[in-house]
Amino acid sequence: MSVLKSSGSVRRREPLTDAQLLMTISICIFVFMYAAAMLFLGGGFLKTQQLFDLLNDNAALIIISCALTIVMIGGGINISVGGVIGLTVMACALFLNTQGDGGPLSILLTFLLALGIGLLFGIGQGALISYLEIQPFIVTLAGMFLSRGLTTILSVNPVKVAHESFTELVKTKLQIPFLGYTAKNGNLIPAKLEIGAIVAVLIVLLVYLMLRYTRLGRNIYAIGGNQASALTLGINVKRTRFLSYVLSGLLSGLAGFVFLMHKPAGNASVAMRSEMDAIAASIIGGTLLTGGVGNVIGTFFGAMILATIQKIIALSPLNDSWWQEMANGAMLGLFIMLQSVVLSRRGKGRLTLPSWLKFRKE
Amino acid sequence: MQNDVVLTMRGICKQFPGTRALNNVDFTLRKGEIHALMGENGAGKSTLIKVLTGVYEKDGGSIHVDGSEKEAHIRSPQDAQKIGISTVYQEITLCPNLTVAENMFIGRTGDRIVHWKEYEKKTAEILNSLGIPARPRQELSRCSLAVQQMVAIARAVDMQCKVLILDEPTSSLDEKEVEMLFGLMRDLKRRGVGIIFVTHFLEQVYAVSDRITVLRNGELVGEYVVQDLPQVELVAKMMGKDLNDLADLEEVGRKSLSGSEVVYQAQGLSSTESRPFDFMIHQGEVNGFTGLLGSGRSESVRAIFGADRVTGGKVMVHGKPVRISKPYDAMKASIGYLPEDRKRDGIIADLSVRDNIILALQVMKGFFHPMSRSQMEQFADEYIKALQIKTASQDTPIGSLSGGNQQKVILARWLLTHPDFLILDEPTRGIDVGTKLEIQKLVLQLAEEQHMSVTFISSEIEEMLRVCSRLIVMRDRKIVGELTGSDLNQATVMKTIAGGEQ
Repeated sequence: MSVLKSSGSVRRREPLTDAQLLMTISICIFVFMYAAAMLFLGGGFLKTQQLFDLLNDNAALIIISCALTIVMIGGGINISVGGVIGLTVMACALFLNTQGDGGPLSILLTFLLALGIGLLFGIGQGALISYLEIQPFIVTLAGMFLSRGLTTILSVNPVKVAHESFTELVKTKLQIPFLGYTAKNGNLIPAKLEIGAIVAVLIVLLVYLMLRYTRLGRNIYAIGGNQASALTLGINVKRTRFLSYVLSGLLSGLAGFVFLMHKPAGNASVAMRSEMDAIAASIIGGTLLTGGVGNVIGTFFGAMILATIQKIIALSPLNDSWWQEMANGAMLGLFIMLQSVVLSRRGKGRLTLPSWLKFRKE
Repeated sequence: MQNDVVLTMRGICKQFPGTRALNNVDFTLRKGEIHALMGENGAGKSTLIKVLTGVYEKDGGSIHVDGSEKEAHIRSPQDAQKIGISTVYQEITLCPNLTVAENMFIGRTGDRIVHWKEYEKKTAEILNSLGIPARPRQELSRCSLAVQQMVAIARAVDMQCKVLILDEPTSSLDEKEVEMLFGLMRDLKRRGVGIIFVTHFLEQVYAVSDRITVLRNGELVGEYVVQDLPQVELVAKMMGKDLNDLADLEEVGRKSLSGSEVVYQAQGLSSTESRPFDFMIHQGEVNGFTGLLGSGRSESVRAIFGADRVTGGKVMVHGKPVRISKPYDAMKASIGYLPEDRKRDGIIADLSVRDNIILALQVMKGFFHPMSRSQMEQFADEYIKALQIKTASQDTPIGSLSGGNQQKVILARWLLTHPDFLILDEPTRGIDVGTKLEIQKLVLQLAEEQHMSVTFISSEIEEMLRVCSRLIVMRDRKIVGELTGSDLNQATVMKTIAGGEQ
């Protein structure tokens, strides 16, 4: 039998996988973009605080991007995440205002309420998608409408949080003096990181570990790679898919709470269209809409790229919202093309429509 | 019960609505044996496999595994795996986006946490011991199809399987890869695994198998030791003809057409699905591709029509070189093609009979030159009458017609374009005898009266002999013979299909 002996060392370096390659590209683009901003715009970009502000302002986006990455790796989609944030923020704001000036307990209750709302949406949508086999796009579209509708029912008018301990919490920031800068009057202004930003970074790490080292995480990759195969390999496809939506719902609820910690006010249009940003962040980070390929570290940098674009445009003379939209659009288009080129060069064929966009199941 | 028997199936019956898929079938597999399961389409091979793996529930009979007196109850593929029956299908049933090591272990470890290092080490050992050229950390999609197949087998072996079912494992492999796979199969055989090998490649059966079980029409024909069953007899058993009967059949004389114009000629034509072959047809000739299922007969005509991606070869139509790379090119060169699978490739079920009839002509004319309603109705009427298509009206959706009538509609679609060369791939499959005869008659009529050239493919040799004046015989994706004149009889055709020595 003329068969090559496989190499003895297990730890041999393998070529980059598609996900790793796409992630590397997005990290490079982020670094390049940030460096260019430092060079040409200077000012704020030279301070660490700028980087921290990107995290502070986009903590909720980072968290729902993780949620999107999880379901997209499993071959699904969830466009209700923005709506769930909006509902959570509104519900929590109203709840806090009923609590007088209650102490930490009422904050804990609010936190549980946020997670509960997310969990409910996750369980409901996951059950419809996995066990009744309804298209995820439709189910989560319905979820989006439902959550937005509920938000308006709760209150048509904006609700500002008047809860004392919570406002204290909002003001609490991690101060890192040595990363700060000296202001003109000679005072040292330390770099500040909000609690939400720390939570977001932690979530990225946790989701990374979950996807890479737990059975559930690997099963999500398997069902996204080839559902029929996953079934014959003995994976409980339905439960895996269900859990991926439950997780994404839970993360949306958490993102709602983080959002409230950043801007303590409920409003019918909170986090409007943020689900689209989250999808964009996932794709830019190297997650394929077709499922099976993706990496949450890449997603983090995808979200940071979107945030940087936003900042750059805000600081440049083109400070109009449509410029930002167009830049985001161009970036996304560029990335999809890049992915398509990279993958076809590696002999994987073109990007195809994901199953939930196809008219008929194959 | 014998000690070396690892699987016994007795009196297996399986009924589907309208058909008896398996009728009292016995099957015995011994330890360390490669046992080929043979039969033509509809013989019941895959039903038997699916009963064994728990995809279907049997209606009757018993299954015993590993010589145990207790009957085995298999209700799902998981059940089958638990008692040591593993299946590797033609299509790879692994996840291409995971690593080799992960594919080996996913779904069968109880751990909630993935121990990458441990899996990779174990996988390296298994791959080494089986001589599979893959690395544990390699992404599966980076491995060749053969290696992916072997990884699937390695997974099954590592799950302590006693019975390994290989369902058409070689269909998408090239010769070298097939050799590699055979090496692995022989290795497993030495380790005492019983292997059920389902394939339609005759030569591969003789290359590795110890025993052959032949099924036909859901019934057991017999179990044979390979050395005792010459290839010709195997084919005869699969097709249900006795060689002695065949010799008695009358020989049919055919007029030679070699003098008339060559309508279509191909040299070294190949596509992504077929190997290079030569082919030509005269005006008014009816010829045919024959061979067992999977011998490459359909793939060849698909290459002629440009239905698969053409990869090489020269094509002349009426003596002029043309390039046919897609069906539209072929249609412009006046070639028509009636596909094998009419449900998938032929009919558009929701459109009316009329729309289905005029479709090809409309494509030829271009969509910016629509036909008038009255013209469409006239064409449809004409062909519904001429072919006696039984339909309530022109507006009836074709999906509601019977199989035979659907086939006639598609035939009408191509006849309407007045092709010089018409390819009919299994036009009579699954339709009633009366319609079958009508279609055969029509084919001969077209050739005689309209001087149309027709290439005909059918699984039934009698039918081929009735309509064709020249038969091109294929085996294992190669043309192995061309029969004309007095050679056109069942015995010779079968011998050519089976090939090899007498």
